[in-house]
Amino acid sequence: MAGNIWIVAEAWRGQVSEITFELLALGREVAGQAGVPLEAVLLGSNARELAQKLGAADTVLYADNAALADPVPENAAAALAQLIKERQPAAVLVPLTNLSVDVGVVLAAQLNVPFLNYCKNLKADGGNLTATCVLYGGKMEATVTASAKPAIIGILPGARSVEQGRSDKAAAITDVAVTLAAPKVHFKKYLDPETADVDITQKDFLVAVGRGIQTKDNLELAEDLAASLGGAVCGSRPVIDQGWLGLSRQVGKSGMLVKPKLYVMLGISGAPEHVEGMKSSQCIIAVNTDAAAPIFNVAHYGVVGDALEVAPALTEKIKARKG
Amino acid sequence: MDLDPVRISLMGLPAWAVLWVLTLGAFGVFGFRAWQLIGLLFKARSENRFDQLGARVMRFARHVLLQPRLFNEPSIGLAHFLIFWGFVVYVICFNWALIRGLAPVLPIPYPDEVGLSAFFLDVFSVTVLISLAAAVVRRVFFPPAHLHLSWDANLILTLIGILMLTTLFGAGFRLVGEGKAASGWTPFGSLLTAVLPPMTAPTAHAWAKGMWWMHIITVLIFLVYLPYSKHLHLLASPFNVFFGNLRPAGDLSIAGGSEELAAGSAKWNEFTWKQLLSGFSCAECGRCDRSCPAANSGFPLEPQQLVQKLKKHTIHAGLAKPNGNGEKLIGDVITENEIWSCTTCMSCIERCAVLNEQIPILVQLRRHLVSEGQMAKTVQDALNNFNRYGNSFGKSDRMRAKWTQALGWKVKDARKEEVEYLWFVGDYASFDPRLEESTRKTANVFKAAGVDFGILYEGERNAGNDVRRIGEEGLFEMLRDKNLQAMGKAKYKTIVTTDPHAFNTLKNEYDLKGVEVLHYSEVLDRLAAQGRLTFKNKLAGRVTYHDPCYLGRYNDIYEPARRVLKATGVELVEMPRSFNRSYCCGAGGGRIWMEDVEGVKERPAESRVREAAALGVTTLVVACPKDLVMFQDALKTAGLEGKLAIKDVIDLVEEATRQA
Amino acid sequence: MNILVLMKVVPDVVEELEVGSDGKSLDTSFLRTIINERDDHALEQALLLKDKHGGKVTLLTLDAPDIDDVLFTALAKGTDRAVKICGVESVQSTQTAVKLFGDVIAKTPDLLPVDLILTGVSAIDDLDGLMAAPIAHQLGWPYTGVVTHVTLADKTATVIKEFAGGVRGEYDVPTPAVLGIQAAEKPPRYVPVAKVRAAMKSQTIETVDAPAVEAATTVEVQQMAKPQVTGHAEMLEGSAEDVAGKICELLAKRGLL
Ligand SMILES: Cc1cc2nc3c(=O)[nH]c(=O)nc-3n(C[C@H](O)[C@H](O)[C@H](O)COP(=O)(O)OP(=O)(O)OC[C@H]3O[C@@H](n4cnc5c(N)ncnc54)[C@H](O)[C@@H]3O)c2cc1C
Ligand code: SF4
Ligand code: SF4
Repeated sequence: MAGNIWIVAEAWRGQVSEITFELLALGREVAGQAGVPLEAVLLGSNARELAQKLGAADTVLYADNAALADPVPENAAAALAQLIKERQPAAVLVPLTNLSVDVGVVLAAQLNVPFLNYCKNLKADGGNLTATCVLYGGKMEATVTASAKPAIIGILPGARSVEQGRSDKAAAITDVAVTLAAPKVHFKKYLDPETADVDITQKDFLVAVGRGIQTKDNLELAEDLAASLGGAVCGSRPVIDQGWLGLSRQVGKSGMLVKPKLYVMLGISGAPEHVEGMKSSQCIIAVNTDAAAPIFNVAHYGVVGDALEVAPALTEKIKARKG
Repeated sequence: MDLDPVRISLMGLPAWAVLWVLTLGAFGVFGFRAWQLIGLLFKARSENRFDQLGARVMRFARHVLLQPRLFNEPSIGLAHFLIFWGFVVYVICFNWALIRGLAPVLPIPYPDEVGLSAFFLDVFSVTVLISLAAAVVRRVFFPPAHLHLSWDANLILTLIGILMLTTLFGAGFRLVGEGKAASGWTPFGSLLTAVLPPMTAPTAHAWAKGMWWMHIITVLIFLVYLPYSKHLHLLASPFNVFFGNLRPAGDLSIAGGSEELAAGSAKWNEFTWKQLLSGFSCAECGRCDRSCPAANSGFPLEPQQLVQKLKKHTIHAGLAKPNGNGEKLIGDVITENEIWSCTTCMSCIERCAVLNEQIPILVQLRRHLVSEGQMAKTVQDALNNFNRYGNSFGKSDRMRAKWTQALGWKVKDARKEEVEYLWFVGDYASFDPRLEESTRKTANVFKAAGVDFGILYEGERNAGNDVRRIGEEGLFEMLRDKNLQAMGKAKYKTIVTTDPHAFNTLKNEYDLKGVEVLHYSEVLDRLAAQGRLTFKNKLAGRVTYHDPCYLGRYNDIYEPARRVLKATGVELVEMPRSFNRSYCCGAGGGRIWMEDVEGVKERPAESRVREAAALGVTTLVVACPKDLVMFQDALKTAGLEGKLAIKDVIDLVEEATRQA
Repeated sequence: MNILVLMKVVPDVVEELEVGSDGKSLDTSFLRTIINERDDHALEQALLLKDKHGGKVTLLTLDAPDIDDVLFTALAKGTDRAVKICGVESVQSTQTAVKLFGDVIAKTPDLLPVDLILTGVSAIDDLDGLMAAPIAHQLGWPYTGVVTHVTLADKTATVIKEFAGGVRGEYDVPTPAVLGIQAAEKPPRYVPVAKVRAAMKSQTIETVDAPAVEAATTVEVQQMAKPQVTGHAEMLEGSAEDVAGKICELLAKRGLL
């Protein structure tokens, strides 16, 4: 294959986003198949120490420019466009996150090439890239070839594991220079969520408790788990009815509609009224003592067991892993 | 000596002249107020309530003269009945006395000078006084919930008391004046002669005249005060009853009313004159509130307040200067939450002694909110789903008959084959996974009984009953038209429905040109009567039955399900709130799609399952798919799981008729 | 302040989707379409801005079955003009849609000038790109996507863009600009059926002919298939410790830790 495989690293507020490592893992595979080097592009300002974390790539192209400090997609796209013109990669993998997707689409527009979207898997095969893309809200999967050069490919979160993309290897950093014009769009500031009032519809991680949690005191187990995940606790109606949680935490037909990345259910049977409010969650894990509970027809992963035992065990493991 | 109370002089004027002045003044004020209020009605929207005069007269006779609804609450029924009739007699006698007083030349006696009328006055005074005492005791010591102990009511009771006492004492003084100890015509007045202090005849006559004047003046005060008080109901309610609704209660169409009604009402003059008259007629008795599931559960709605607020606002806004007082009916007077709290269970309408119709008023308000797009997100989603998929579940209409797949045999498509019964299955019975099994049982029982039936498959839409009650009239019409279109393709004799909500609207709002619409409990009942259901396995145990609002109160169908249940062998016991007093499950009127609100004490469904459980029965039997869902859920929150089972009538019938 | 909203329809996933006989595309015989949810939010955002600042909202769509209902609904909601691009057979690719919209916007005399062009930031059938950025590029206008809040002032739109975990960013975008809307500030308004019917009687839908554009060829679908769904959760077994460990593994694998 002519040209290297690139991944665009996502660095945000002084940290490398985890999806970057997923892309590195995927890119590694694809580069291996194509027999070309894998290069990671990191755009930033005074972010060299972040570049060091990208050892899984053969080379890290690091562009340091004051204009790249803030999340301005226009600048990032312009920088990438320059680098691409200079170095002619075969494919550029972009994270499909709210932060990076704009970089990818603006870049594709500037280069006048398509932006291959919703990609969950990618293969290189005889000079061609074949992607598996998730369409129609997950109802179909398409196998797609992209012959554009370079192919700009948006990769869904979760394509590979973060672990696979981490490496202790010292990154080989190549400094690259980009010149940037003043952007049209001006970044003003970050708006952090107000912590006082938990809006469960805005959370990526939710731990939902049902009557299986049994007493109000056990709610603490769920709170701990949610805290370890960085999410919030919500519940089924009976739990809200008991007054264990406020009405704003109720998920379902008569409550909130949520679509978090992860929805952990502790002792919820899976009544249609509840399912209505959470069925679009990206990953659903249900813990229930009853193997025949209808929730297991909805959840992606199920555990037949006591939520009061599983929840604390999980909290410990997560804490241990996160360090 | 002249005993005529007007042949004296008062402040140098002949008394009859003074009486003229007082009378003209009182009637003038009264007339002005009445004219004002009637003027308001003329500014409201039109509604034809002048049809079927014969039926109206009958209804008037029944509800005004006999007042059966007042006897629903025994503590006050008889007392009110007597006060009412006492009052009627007094009004007649009073007018008689007044005319005689205004025209002293008339060669007629006063009513209290004629034996028979004097007797009536005497006896009625005492009866009314006793009733008043009962009313006062009830108000002070046993006030029922939602009865407003207003200053207004107390004043009226006092005035009535004065009227009665002046009559009695008038008779007493007259007897003393005449030197008699007693008269058979005035037995109670006679009793008074014993307790009155000794006095001369002229003094006694003077007292008697004083009583007469006091009586007349009290009545005139009453007359002036009446149209400003809750006792306006005395004047308005007979008309309200006369102009009451003669169409089925389950028909919310605006037939005979102004077309604009479909877009709702947000201002007082956007209601119909009859709806405004409801407010004037309300006696503030609180019957409606006491039966209202919303009020009892702590939702922010009391039907009485609704009617009262509309009345007060109408008078404020309608009689205010052109720029008004800026008070907005929706928002300032009646809140949106209030409007959405109603389950349209119809117990208020069923109870109201003056035959008010609260639901149409609420629906007018809802129609307005819907036309402004103001509703909970969940309701909006449900409406969008109805619009697009024809059901509230947001499932593809092609999946509507999916439940039939597990039957193992094919249900006829009524659009393709002629059938006797067209089965309108309804959304819940078709789509809710918890109900599929019962729906299949119905199909199997029908089949075993040799019923020739078919369904409309994906051609069926939600019937629109609840959509209409949410106030989305256009969407209701759309659903109805689509159903009629699908039904037009089918050949059938009779319609049978599973869902009482669908049943109501098909029966009362679809204009099916005489096609019989039956609830499945009625069909089961007929099949049993014809011997087509054989109850081989007699069931044991005690059960109770919940009357669905839309079957019972709305359509007066109480017995078929009960007969069927008894045929299965179970022992049927009644809940305290049964038949037309059945307590709503809380799902109706679109409430099933609304968000939970803070401050609810006990959901209606919880109250209901507790009521059933208290009977010590094994099972609460329902005849409505939504009830099953609501009550099963309520068991969890009421902590009654395992203590009470919720089953559909069909579950019992299927079990009792199942082939070994 | 005038706003142009671009809207397209996507397959309705409430219905069962089937693969067509070519094995590469959807079976269209049972296909039902619905407006792209985010485009509906874009329209709502436009109407909210109109409620606040006045001006006109124009809705431009590609022709599709039942599109007239969508357009009349939009008119009933307060949209001023509804225009549909006719003469296109079901547009399969986003690139083609971009070209069609771009061409029509540039060539139809009275669509521009506007202060903003709003469209949904993405759609479930966006395989080969997203609409807003390339259109902005064609027009030479600034672009911002994933927008959840817009305030308009003279010559600038202040927009809020959603990042992750509830963190958002505020940007100033000079107008005219193209914005990709993630969600309007309020859920799309409900318009009663009666008002839609009234709009059908009193208002009209304008049409423009689709310009000839060549289809994009660099992205080619080789095969389309329904993903395997078991309809049942994958069960994790073992002691509480064991399953906790397994859950941790799979969360990590999905990039959730
Ligand atoms: C109109 C209407 C609206 C509704 N709206 C909503 C709504 O918005 N949201 C909502 O949630 N519900 C709603 N409901 C209620 C809904 O029908 C269910 O009743 C409710 O969701 C059940 O909650 P649950 O799963 O917590 O309780 P249950 O159904 O009682 O389930 C408890 C589960 O916990 C399991 N369990 C018990 N002990 C343990 C243990 N130690 N470890 C693990 N598992 C255990 C049991 O096996 C069981 O499956 C609504 C109902 C109606 C009728
Ligand atoms: S219909 Fe029922 S819920 Fe509504 S106001 Fe009347 S009694 Fe209350
Ligand atoms: S509306 Fe009817 S039932 Fe209710 S308080 Fe008034 S008179 Fe009584």
